[in-house]
Amino acid sequence: MGYILIIGAKSDIAKAVARKYAEKGNNLYLAARNSSELKEFAKDIGIRTQMDVKCLDLDVLDYASHQCFYDTLAEKPIGVVSAVGYLGDQDKTQSHFTEAKKIIDTNYTGLVSLFNIIANDFEKRKSGFIVGISSVAGDRGRKSNYMYGSAKAAFTAYLGGLRNRLHEANVQVLTVKPGFVATKMTEGLDLPKKLTAEPKEVAKVIYRAQQQDKNVVYIKWIWKWIMLIIKNIPEWQFKKMSI
Amino acid sequence: MGLSSWGNYPKIINEAFFFNQIGRLKSFIEDTDEIIPYGNGRSYGDSALNKKIICIKPQNYFLDFDEDNGILHLQAGALLSDILDVFVPRGWFLKITPGTKLITVGGAIASDVHGKNHHIEGCFSECVIMLNLMLPSGEIVKCSKSENLELFRATCGGMGLTGVILDAKISLKKINSKYIDQTTIKTKDLKETFEAFEEYKDKPYSVAWIDCLAKGDKLGKCLLMVGDFSTDGILEYKAKRKLNIPFNFPSFALNTLSVTIFNKFYYGKIRNKISKQKIDLDTFFYPLDSINNWNRIYGKNGFTQYQFILPEHKSFVGLQEILKTISLSGKGSFLAVLKLYGKGNENFLSFPIKGYSLALDFKIEKGLFELLDKIDKIVIKNNGRIYLAKDVRVSKKVFEQGYPKIDKFRALREKYKMNKKFNSVQSMRVGI
Repeated sequence: MGYILIIGAKSDIAKAVARKYAEKGNNLYLAARNSSELKEFAKDIGIRTQMDVKCLDLDVLDYASHQCFYDTLAEKPIGVVSAVGYLGDQDKTQSHFTEAKKIIDTNYTGLVSLFNIIANDFEKRKSGFIVGISSVAGDRGRKSNYMYGSAKAAFTAYLGGLRNRLHEANVQVLTVKPGFVATKMTEGLDLPKKLTAEPKEVAKVIYRAQQQDKNVVYIKWIWKWIMLIIKNIPEWQFKKMSI
Repeated sequence: MGLSSWGNYPKIINEAFFFNQIGRLKSFIEDTDEIIPYGNGRSYGDSALNKKIICIKPQNYFLDFDEDNGILHLQAGALLSDILDVFVPRGWFLKITPGTKLITVGGAIASDVHGKNHHIEGCFSECVIMLNLMLPSGEIVKCSKSENLELFRATCGGMGLTGVILDAKISLKKINSKYIDQTTIKTKDLKETFEAFEEYKDKPYSVAWIDCLAKGDKLGKCLLMVGDFSTDGILEYKAKRKLNIPFNFPSFALNTLSVTIFNKFYYGKIRNKISKQKIDLDTFFYPLDSINNWNRIYGKNGFTQYQFILPEHKSFVGLQEILKTISLSGKGSFLAVLKLYGKGNENFLSFPIKGYSLALDFKIEKGLFELLDKIDKIVIKNNGRIYLAKDVRVSKKVFEQGYPKIDKFRALREKYKMNKKFNSVQSMRVGI
C-alpha cells in the first residue's frame, strides 16, 4: 500500500482527511511542526485501520529544509494533501507587516516551495495526486479578511496552473474550497450552522472528489452558488458592501 | 447555543466548552461553576444539561488495543459505533451494549448502561477495567475495582456528577459472526410473557416489546425476542443506508389511533407462537439507530422515556397495575420494552436490580406528568426505582426512595467538592 503525505497534519481537517485515507487502505505520512504532538493521533489511526502511520517534522516556513524533507522519505508518497492554513488577524495585518507576511508565507509561499518539489517528482514518475485546501475567501477580496483571502487566491491560481502543467503527466491537482468549517481555527466565531461543515464531512468530500479525478470542489454545494453571486456583484456596488 | 438531549425536552440555552486538551479542561473547570459533561446527547432527559456543558466528543482517540485479551483503551468521547466499525470485522463486540450505539464511552460509564444481556452479564461497568477521572480540583485519578474503589463505584452510574471521565480501558468479547440467531415468542397475556422470560432466561440476549394499549385479558401480551451470536464466521460489517426524519412531525401525528394501528401491525406481523430469524447485529441491538433523528416523530414539544424497574417478586403485580393504569389513560406508548434483569451491582446510583423493567416513550403533552406521577406511586409501593438516564421529571422524594445509596453518594460529592462544581438540571431537581 502506498503512502499519502498529509501536510499541516495537526489541523482538524487534516486529521479527518488522514483518517479517511487510512480507512480506505492507505499508509500515512503526517507532517507538521512538533510532530511528536501527533503521536497519540497516529496511534489511534493505527489501531483503527492497521495501516502504517509515520509522524514527520516539517516547518512550512523553513523553505530550505523542504528538499531534504522530501528526499529523506524512504518511500515516496502516491499523493499529497495540504491542509496548511493560517487565518491570522486582519486588523493587525493592516499595521503590522509581519502578520501580513506570516499569512502570505504560511498560506502561499511555503506551499509553493513544497509543492514545486513534489510536483517535479510526480511529473517525472507520471503519477500521483496533489490536493490543496484553499478557501472560498480566495474567490474575492473582502475587507474582513482580504489578507488571508489574497494569499488563498494566489494559492488557488498556483494550483490551477499546476493542474494545467501536470495534466500531460497524468498527475491530478485538486483545489478544495471550503467555506466555514467547525475547527480550532474558527472556534469562538459565530458561524451560521447551515453553511458550516464538520471536518468529517470535508474529508468525505475531498476523498470522493480526489477519487473521481475532479479539479475544483467546494464543500457544501451552496458555497458554489454563494461565491458565484459574490463574484458577480459589480465592483461599484461591492465596494460599498459589508459582507 | 442550544445542545439538547434526545427527548428535545427541556430546551435550555447553554454554552458548550469543546474539550480537546487536558490542560484547557483543567483551567476551564477551575474557572467555571455549575458544569456537566455532555457526550452525544442521547440521554433522554435533563441529566446532561445545564447552562454550561463540557462537550467530550472531540476526545475520541483509541489509545491502545491488546489484541490477545481484547482490551481497548480509549478516550471517553469515542462512540460505541466507532468501536464496532473497527472491531466487529476483527471478531470483537461490546460485552455490554445498550439499545443505541450512538453514545460515547464516557456516557456509557456515567449512566452505567445495560443491555439485552443484563440478566447474565450485568451493567457496562462490568467491562470497565479502569478509568481516569478528572476531579473538581483538576487532579486526575485512576479508578478501578482495585484502586479508588469508592470513586469507581460513584462514577459508574454517577451521571457525570463526580467529574470528567477522560479515558477508560474496556474489555471486548469475541464473536464469530455479525449475525444473531433470534427466536421470537408471541405471548397472549402478561402471565405468558413472564413464563416465556423464565423459560428462555438462559439465552444471553432477551427483550420484549409489549403492546401497552392492550386491555382486559390481553393485558401484557408481547413479542419476546431472544438470541445469541451466530457462528457462521461472517464478520464483514459495513454501514447501512439510513433513513432520515428531516423535520419534526406535527404533534398530533402520534395519537391513540396511530399507536393502536402500529401495535396491531407489529404484533400481527409475527404469525406463529414461536418463530426463528437470522438478523444482523444492528437490527437486533440497534433497531432505531437506522433512522436518523427518529426523536422528531414526537414533534417539536419533545418526548420522554419513562423507565422503571421492580424487584422480581413484585414485578408481576406491579406491572399489571401499571399497564392497567396506562391502558385506561389512553396515552399510547409507541415503544414499550420489557426486560428481565439479573442481580444489581454495588455502584451507588446504577439503575438495575434483580427484576423486570419497563421502558415507555411518551410525547410531552397535557396530562402526561400527572399520569407518570401516578405510576411513580405504584413503582415506589413495589420497591422499584426510576432510571435517571431517561428521566426528566421525577420528584426528589420518589428518586430518594428508589436509591438507598444516595446518602453515600452525596457524602462523597461533598468530600471532593463535586457538588460545588458538577451539577445538571436533573441533579438539582432531585437533590443529588
